[in-house]
Amino acid sequence: MTTPNEKPLQDLPQTPVILSGAKDPCLVSMDRTGSDLGNREAPHISNEAATHPEAKLDLRTLTPARVGLARTGSSLTTTDVLDLALAHAEARDAVHATLSLPTFPEEIERRGWLVGAVKSAAPDRTTYLRRPELGRQLSPASAEYLESWISLPNDPEIVIVIADGLSALAVDRHAIPLLDALQPLLPDWWAIPVIVAEQARVALGDPIGQILKARLSIVLIGERPGLSSPDSLGAYITWQPRPGRTDAERNCISNIRAQGLDYATAAERIAYLCREAARLQLSGTAIKDDPRLQLP
Amino acid sequence: MAYAHTAGGTRYRFPTLADLLAKASPARSGDELAGIAARSSIERVAAQIALADLPLKVFLSEHVVPYEADEVTRLIVDQSRANAEVFSQIDSLTVGEFRDFLLSDAATGDRLAALAPAIMPEMAAAVSKLMRLQDLVLVSRKISVVTRFRTTVGLPGRLSTRLQPNHPTDDPAGIAASILDGLLLGSGDAVIGINPVSDNVATLTTLLRLIDRARTRFAIPTQSCVLAHITTQMQAMAQGAPLDLLFQSIGGTEATNASFGVSLSLLDEAHQMARSLNRLPDAPDANIMYFETGQGSSLSANAHHAVDQQTLEARAYAVARHFKPMLVNTVVGFIGPEYLYDGRQILRAGLEDHFCGKLLGLPMGCDICYTNHAEAGQDDMDALLTMLGAAGVNYIMGVPGSDDIMLHYQSTSFHDALYLRSLLGLRPAPEFEAWLATGPLKQLSVQALLNA
Repeated sequence: MTTPNEKPLQDLPQTPVILSGAKDPCLVSMDRTGSDLGNREAPHISNEAATHPEAKLDLRTLTPARVGLARTGSSLTTTDVLDLALAHAEARDAVHATLSLPTFPEEIERRGWLVGAVKSAAPDRTTYLRRPELGRQLSPASAEYLESWISLPNDPEIVIVIADGLSALAVDRHAIPLLDALQPLLPDWWAIPVIVAEQARVALGDPIGQILKARLSIVLIGERPGLSSPDSLGAYITWQPRPGRTDAERNCISNIRAQGLDYATAAERIAYLCREAARLQLSGTAIKDDPRLQLP
Repeated sequence: MAYAHTAGGTRYRFPTLADLLAKASPARSGDELAGIAARSSIERVAAQIALADLPLKVFLSEHVVPYEADEVTRLIVDQSRANAEVFSQIDSLTVGEFRDFLLSDAATGDRLAALAPAIMPEMAAAVSKLMRLQDLVLVSRKISVVTRFRTTVGLPGRLSTRLQPNHPTDDPAGIAASILDGLLLGSGDAVIGINPVSDNVATLTTLLRLIDRARTRFAIPTQSCVLAHITTQMQAMAQGAPLDLLFQSIGGTEATNASFGVSLSLLDEAHQMARSLNRLPDAPDANIMYFETGQGSSLSANAHHAVDQQTLEARAYAVARHFKPMLVNTVVGFIGPEYLYDGRQILRAGLEDHFCGKLLGLPMGCDICYTNHAEAGQDDMDALLTMLGAAGVNYIMGVPGSDDIMLHYQSTSFHDALYLRSLLGLRPAPEFEAWLATGPLKQLSVQALLNA
């Protein structure tokens, strides 16, 4: 799915009224402080900006943010209002999407992982949205299923939970490539259970981890969709997962997707946090991100 | 102590003050989720009638969260006791009479400002439950709360913005592009405040330096903030990062704050540390704290003590005012539909929060926002934006095209701020306005900001 934000700028529709004949899309970005464009309404904005050197540089190449939007008066133009409306519609639809079952867990199993599947206590999306606590509990059938799940040779060090969260689209797109990147970084990965969870919140990893007696949980979950990012995946690391853990006791890595954090970097950060949690015997705000993984 | 009212032949009983407040709260999904909301429309109004007859004095002795169990309650009681003399001016009023007083001509802005320290957050929440949206707007409008760092925010006739140039990988060039975009549209006079993806000292320091160098080189009258956890900001300060405003999310109970990884003593320690940086040698008493709040955080952390979310939100303001902050921001629609279900509930909550904050003496701004899983859209935000502008909100967010590409929600855009300034004749902070008048924008570019 391509959002309007990701279009090359050349594809953006022209806005002739605003542009006053300018065809260079770069000028779309900057031609909004000229004398005919609402300085009466916004007298504090200098006219000189319209001609400054930055007008030659397209801000849109530097960020996926909606920078450089034209003005009509002080308002957005019709094109940009409708772009925003379309992106909102895409995000709304992502909230109501579902995981690709059964092909999704089958694909994970083919890669050699131990795979299970559970459901939360929220029976449908509407209930899920209004009753988050149900998304943090296992359905009675799923709790029973996990308790009698295949007997593991030892209690697992780690359990990975893949949860639909607020964007099944994110899970469908990114969970398996991220698992691929994680595999070489996790010792004894073949002994790590991967549990696919429907109608799930982050904290569903707590009862899952408790039942499987895991020392640590990694929850990969669809984040709430943004306009430019209906498919963003988050990862939450919790030491000694059990019901009652607070958010301050987890570490989070956010925004895993094509235009955000790449799989390799995300996997390195997850592996680092797992090692730190094991070393310190805790997770949460006491652990800081690996300084070596930071920006220059 | 129990409260009751008879309506339509039915006797409605409310066993505690917390129950009375919850049942009197205008409907919202968070209180329903907590199982404390009124079970019928009549019960809600019965509770409101009972609440209207309640003497304000009751709040001095009956605490919605136990004194022994909660340091926020203890702070509130301390604040109240320290201002007992001021409170004596209104100690004969009931909650209903308090509403009438607030709307009366006798309640001038100066009078309300003088009363603010004596008003307990539970009193503010209680009276707001008896107020319609127009009441919330009208009373808020009377109250100016002015704060200063490099700019002066909250003066009548002014509207400031937090320039929020977030980027999904904290990329300095991407952030600089959004900063430039905002400055060109007159945004950023309250603060340039970045939510980082990575909560670590290196990122925090990189971004603070980016803002600081650009600000210094182009003499931009504003202040920096990177909204990492307060302990990360403390580490960065210890390593010499140029931090102007110190940020933290706070809530209305001790346990909520614990879920954020903070306590009053930690906030005190961090506040002292930031003050000792002495960033403004000529203004040692400048306001330096930036707090964010939002209805529903206590329930979300299972730390609500069966108190309604709006009362707990007001209690967070008692924490905030202890630190005389530069900016307080209710992030009203961010938390999601389980707490505020739709545009109508977000609208009311935003106006309640702004009113309660101003009544308690806080420099209130509002992140007028919604998430994509809420039953809300841009029209709802336009309504709240316009009403908050009429109510005299100190500042709003400025996000490129209203789309926060890191936090995944919609806030207000640079254009929205221009709309409000244009509609209501509002101007930026005076220092920022004077800077814009010097024609600095032609010198600005992404490269210039990055290489400053």
